[in-house]
Amino acid sequence: MSVFSPATRDRFERLAASYPQPRSALVPMLLYAQDELGYLPPEAIAEIAALLGETELAVREVIGYYSMLRTAPAGRYHVQVCTNISCMLRGGEEVLAHCQRRLGIHNRQTTPDGMFSIEEVECMGACAWAPALQVNYDFHQELDPAKVDEILEKYRRQG
Amino acid sequence: MPETPSKPAPAAGAPAAPAEVHFTVNGHTLAAAPGTLLIEACRAANIEIPSFCYYPKLSLQAACRMCLVEVEKIPKLQTACTTVVAEGMVVHTETPTVHAARKSAIEFILTNHPLDCPVCDAGGECELQDMTFRYGAAVSRFDEPKRHRDEQQWSPVVYYDRPRCILCYRCVRVCGEGMDVWALGVGNRGILSTILPNHQDHLECEECGMCIDICPVGALTSGAYRYQTRPWEMQHVGAICAFCGDGCKTTLGVRNGVILRGDNRDKNGINGDFLCVKGRYGTDFTRHPERLKSPLVRDASGELRPVSWAYALETITDRWRGIQAAHGQFGVIGSTRCSNEESYQLQKLARRVLGTNHVDHHRSADFPALFDALAQPAGAAAQPLPQLADSGALKTAKAVLLVGGDPTQEHPLLAWNLRWAHRLAGASLYVLNRRDIRLRRQARRMALLTHGTEADAVRYLAAPQRGDPPQAELTAVSPPGDKRWPQTPPSTPQPIPGGLEEFRAELAQERDVIIVFGPELTGDAVQALVRFGASLPGHTRYIAMADNANSRGAADMGLYPDLLPGYLPVADGAARAHFAAAWGGDIPAAPGWNQRQMVEAVDRRELDALYVVGANPFRLDPVNAANLKSCFLVVQDLFLTETAQAADVVLPALSLYEKSGTVTNTCGEVQSQRRGGSFEGAKTDMEIIHALARLLGADFGRPDADRVFSEIRAQVNGYDVSLVQLMAGRGALAVPRDGAAPRQAAPQMIRPNHDSLFTAGTLGRYSATLNAVLEKHSRP
Amino acid sequence: MAERPAYPAAHPAEVRVVSQRFGDPRAATLAGYLDTGGYQALGKALGLNGGEAMAPEAIIEEVKKSSLRGRGGAGFPTGLKWSFIPKGGDKPKYVLCNADESEPGTCKDRLILEHDPFAIIEGITIAGRAIGAQRGFIYIRGEYRYVLDIMQRALAEAYAAGYLGANIRGSGFSFDILAHTGAGAYECGEESALMESLEGKRGIPRLKPPFPAISGLYGCPTVINNVETLASVPPIILRGGDWFLNIGLPKNGGPRLFSLSGQVQNRGVYELPLGFPLRRLIEEVGGGVLGGSLKAVVPGGSSTPIFTAEEALGLNLDYDSVGKAGSFLGSGGVVVINDRTCMVRFALRVMQFYRHESCGWCVPCREGTNWLQLALTRFHRGDGRPEDVDLFTDVAQNILGRTLCPLGDAAAMPILSIVRKFRSEFEDHLHGRPCPFAAESSAVPVA
Ligand SMILES: Cc1cc2nc3c(=O)[nH]c(=O)nc-3n(C[C@H](O)[C@H](O)[C@H](O)COP(=O)(O)O)c2cc1C
Ligand code: SF4
Ligand code: SF4
Ligand code: SF4
Ligand code: FES
Ligand code: FES
Repeated sequence: MSVFSPATRDRFERLAASYPQPRSALVPMLLYAQDELGYLPPEAIAEIAALLGETELAVREVIGYYSMLRTAPAGRYHVQVCTNISCMLRGGEEVLAHCQRRLGIHNRQTTPDGMFSIEEVECMGACAWAPALQVNYDFHQELDPAKVDEILEKYRRQG
Repeated sequence: MPETPSKPAPAAGAPAAPAEVHFTVNGHTLAAAPGTLLIEACRAANIEIPSFCYYPKLSLQAACRMCLVEVEKIPKLQTACTTVVAEGMVVHTETPTVHAARKSAIEFILTNHPLDCPVCDAGGECELQDMTFRYGAAVSRFDEPKRHRDEQQWSPVVYYDRPRCILCYRCVRVCGEGMDVWALGVGNRGILSTILPNHQDHLECEECGMCIDICPVGALTSGAYRYQTRPWEMQHVGAICAFCGDGCKTTLGVRNGVILRGDNRDKNGINGDFLCVKGRYGTDFTRHPERLKSPLVRDASGELRPVSWAYALETITDRWRGIQAAHGQFGVIGSTRCSNEESYQLQKLARRVLGTNHVDHHRSADFPALFDALAQPAGAAAQPLPQLADSGALKTAKAVLLVGGDPTQEHPLLAWNLRWAHRLAGASLYVLNRRDIRLRRQARRMALLTHGTEADAVRYLAAPQRGDPPQAELTAVSPPGDKRWPQTPPSTPQPIPGGLEEFRAELAQERDVIIVFGPELTGDAVQALVRFGASLPGHTRYIAMADNANSRGAADMGLYPDLLPGYLPVADGAARAHFAAAWGGDIPAAPGWNQRQMVEAVDRRELDALYVVGANPFRLDPVNAANLKSCFLVVQDLFLTETAQAADVVLPALSLYEKSGTVTNTCGEVQSQRRGGSFEGAKTDMEIIHALARLLGADFGRPDADRVFSEIRAQVNGYDVSLVQLMAGRGALAVPRDGAAPRQAAPQMIRPNHDSLFTAGTLGRYSATLNAVLEKHSRP
Repeated sequence: MAERPAYPAAHPAEVRVVSQRFGDPRAATLAGYLDTGGYQALGKALGLNGGEAMAPEAIIEEVKKSSLRGRGGAGFPTGLKWSFIPKGGDKPKYVLCNADESEPGTCKDRLILEHDPFAIIEGITIAGRAIGAQRGFIYIRGEYRYVLDIMQRALAEAYAAGYLGANIRGSGFSFDILAHTGAGAYECGEESALMESLEGKRGIPRLKPPFPAISGLYGCPTVINNVETLASVPPIILRGGDWFLNIGLPKNGGPRLFSLSGQVQNRGVYELPLGFPLRRLIEEVGGGVLGGSLKAVVPGGSSTPIFTAEEALGLNLDYDSVGKAGSFLGSGGVVVINDRTCMVRFALRVMQFYRHESCGWCVPCREGTNWLQLALTRFHRGDGRPEDVDLFTDVAQNILGRTLCPLGDAAAMPILSIVRKFRSEFEDHLHGRPCPFAAESSAVPVA
């Protein structure tokens, strides 16, 4: 039994076949697996290891290295706030503080309803439009507290 | 990191590389072979280059930055551990810049390392401690909180303490590249990096402890030894491992006579860096509470009761004298774990004093058949057999044929050497086996037999025209980079008709093959193997694999019913005369009974006395207890084995670690050792044998191993080995002269134990650590 | 509901080469790309439009002539890099497009990837032709998921129209490109770590030598270039190396993208000729400093040594001038800092980044960044000691030049320059004094 949807499983097989060496597909596979499951549970790790003929240890070594990959669930909306220099100079730390206040959680915590989690992150390539944050993969830029409220509210309504 | 050592690529299209390159270090001109690493070249010239992550023969890491040196014309400091010497290179290793870099590397490493050496288990044998002393600063400028993590237990033998870990990755590499187990990895990133075990919170692995041994600090420690004592409170005594037949050197840590640990401190034995779980952690059988502390004699009520040594020995010799007087039959079964001197004296006692050729031991390889097969045609002058290989020869072999056996489980050192040859010397390994053994992963070609035996296959290889070939599927190699353990999924073997034909054709392309064979080959199959070996190009050499620490010695010393020491036939008058002269007494002419025949004779009530030294024959050949009544049974051992439980007299013996003497590994390498531990109440087998001889009126002299070994050197075919080599702690290959050994009558007496990595007959059963490991590994 | 950066109208000082299609919706499709002059360079290189195909050497020659230098950070001459690839050989060769863009202060590759994906594909294909490769990979940082989607759509279109795959447009040249996602690791922008990552491993840099030109991806000869570098190739091939060179300065061919961020009025990504004065970038293009007067400028991304206002205002933005002034043009990330910003806090935030991104493989970088971050945190909090200031320099100096990969230097250089040039600000934090800038947040909110 696969922990992945048939479509994802199928995608993995194609992915592994599209590189000169199947292991090259590991990082994308882990990220897509996480997109589907919210995080990387042991069964997913085992399945991906088996699919690529690698050890689970090898997969865990890789997971631990990449900051976007996680082995515990985050909120449905993972709010990643950049506080690196270009953002810091334009209020990134205030945006982070504001998110924390609004959601009532600290960095790397998840709201009790599992809706939001917060992570302070490094530069996300939005420096000229700072301060910026990403909710899952979506960018939000040129933020101020009011705009942050608006954004969080939109996601909350989306459920 | 690259998984293979980055071999410096020779300049493309360059003319044949010069034999040596010349360069200067600190003003001295040095020369080294092209491709030599600067760190090695310097060390060879006694120029010190400190290092943590560099470890010879493992892949390069460039991680610790301890080895930075100045190379002229290169602005940045260079890592000596990755720099390849080049013609004209000018290097400085003792400049202020280099000193500052070393000092700072130490300072950085110490920022997150606890500074509590006095309580650390590695205190006193820690490379970081040494380096800090030599290269570090007196005070630390780091004044921030250190990260704390609790110590983790990963297996019965492996503990990991992250704060002490300096991330040199030696453990990861030795487990992967060296052991081919790949149980350790690196997790997280940056300052949070950590070593990971393969199963989240624990290890599933071979428990070899190589990772612990190679750890330069106290981050990996052994459950078997930790916190029992401090290194400087122990004596360190070099010993030969008492377990398998490979003869690794293990250094015993002894305090007040108690053996607290085995390890590979000096790394100067034939095993180099290697030691397996048994050699390292099995030594605790010496401390088992059930060890026999006093002689036991069966009293009138049938109970074994403790008695004095004098009483026990007299009880024995009184009975023996009676049996002698009545012309009764004596049988003697010797040990595969006693020293050569003891085995030699034991068969001397049997033949000269008890007057019997009913002498045997538990055989697990057909050495006589090998030496017989290697013999020159009759008439040729007797000369040493150059066709024997020692264990080290495997490391540099160009090609190896492995027939039968499973070295990974049964001969861990040979397996290590085979992997070494594969990894570092590019050797081609050919495997012929019924089982899909793990060394397939290093094989260039594996013939997996689907029908028939290894013996059938070898006979076919030697004489293909006769009979149908046994069916073999040729399965090659694992996918490169595969790290799965213990099983690698079979690489879909293709049944190839005539698979063996192809196997033979490929082997015929190799030169100077070393053939290593297991107990599957006996008698004429060994003859066939040698015929096949002789047909291969170049100089073919052989290793026969026998089970125990001194299985080979037992065979060499003549613990056979039909063979005298050095494989001289008992039936041969000249051979008998030789030993009769040496021993000052006659030797019976008729070959005696083998072990099974002796036990059968017990059952027929035809054996009147059986003397068992360090063996447990009734486990293999059970007897009917009722029939034992007419046989006077003396057993001398460490524990009350199945055989000892049936004995009339039990004598407590010391173990191999508690005596001086020589042992011979399965390849024939003779090694000598000194007494390590001691044990109150027990005696060495030699002391006992000599005492019994004396009570029977024969003077065997002082029970002194050196003295007996001189006699062996003088008398036993092949044992005129170099004493210098022996004293230097190296193995000296015992090479019997050819033309001596007759065909063995009973190949069915080759009965291997098929020990696993975690089992070892009686000794293993009394090792708490091995039992813990075994228990863990037998859990589903 | 994601937002895309709005692309403002070009500033008159700009010379738009790689940004020529920015804001042009046509560039999103292959048809539109072709309409706007796309694929003419590949046509020229492969002789698709009737003319002779260019010999691979001729392509490399043209790139050399252009003096195009790498836009990823190190500024290595691109043509020269390509020429290191051995001719022939039986191993496959690879072109890697480095779209890991993670250097703080840099947000330019994202725009090319988003606004002109086919130009990158075309550039990679030409590079492949030049070095004899048959495969290319675009390594896109994991956070840029929408960019990955854009790229994958563009690749599919290019395949469908025969601009990729076997026998491209009947030229006899075959080439494949795969877009690959990372998963959050700055270090994977370093070329050898990127290759490890692309092989499905931890992004630990490799020992060099061997260099990628000899042994790169899968141990095969490999060229790796930044997105912008590769996107510059089609115009160079089409209009000639001399044309490109003449836009910039000798040895500093062409214009390049500058990501202008921080406390400046008109932030954005601008394509300006190399040699463009930094003063004009800030005052004229950028519309001046915001929220105070100029205190400092980071010239090329967070790893480049910082300039004081005075140094900055006399500086021209080309590789050699910035190099001579003691810093690097780097990734072109210009970060403007006003005089209400605490430089200790700035240094701390930079160090926090490198500590987080150190791969942890080698000792000085792993332990040094951690030490500095902890010490700077304590220092900024008000628990500093006078000797700390020299300690910062010392520790950074002990990282500098002693690590396995350049990330160590990247971490050490900024703090060294900040302590040297703004030492008095450090001293102002001593003796239990609170951060002098704490009262007023220097951060300038978006107006
Ligand atoms: C730590 C580190 C991070 C880097 N990150 C990037 C990056 O995100 N994008 C990039 O193009 N180059 C990056 N580079 C530079 C690359 O190693 C490499 O020099 C570049 O991709 C070569 O392309 P170019 O010659 O076209 O600039 C980085 C270098 C280092 C040391
Ligand atoms: S004990 Fe041996 S097999 Fe187990 S992790 Fe350590 S080195 Fe590997
Ligand atoms: S556990 Fe020991 S051997 Fe392994 S990386 Fe840490 S310090 Fe090195
Ligand atoms: S310098 Fe930093 S990033 Fe580079 S190898 Fe060393 S630890 Fe890793
Ligand atoms: S600094 Fe925040 S996006 Fe670059
Ligand atoms: S010994 Fe050279 S870097 Fe560790």
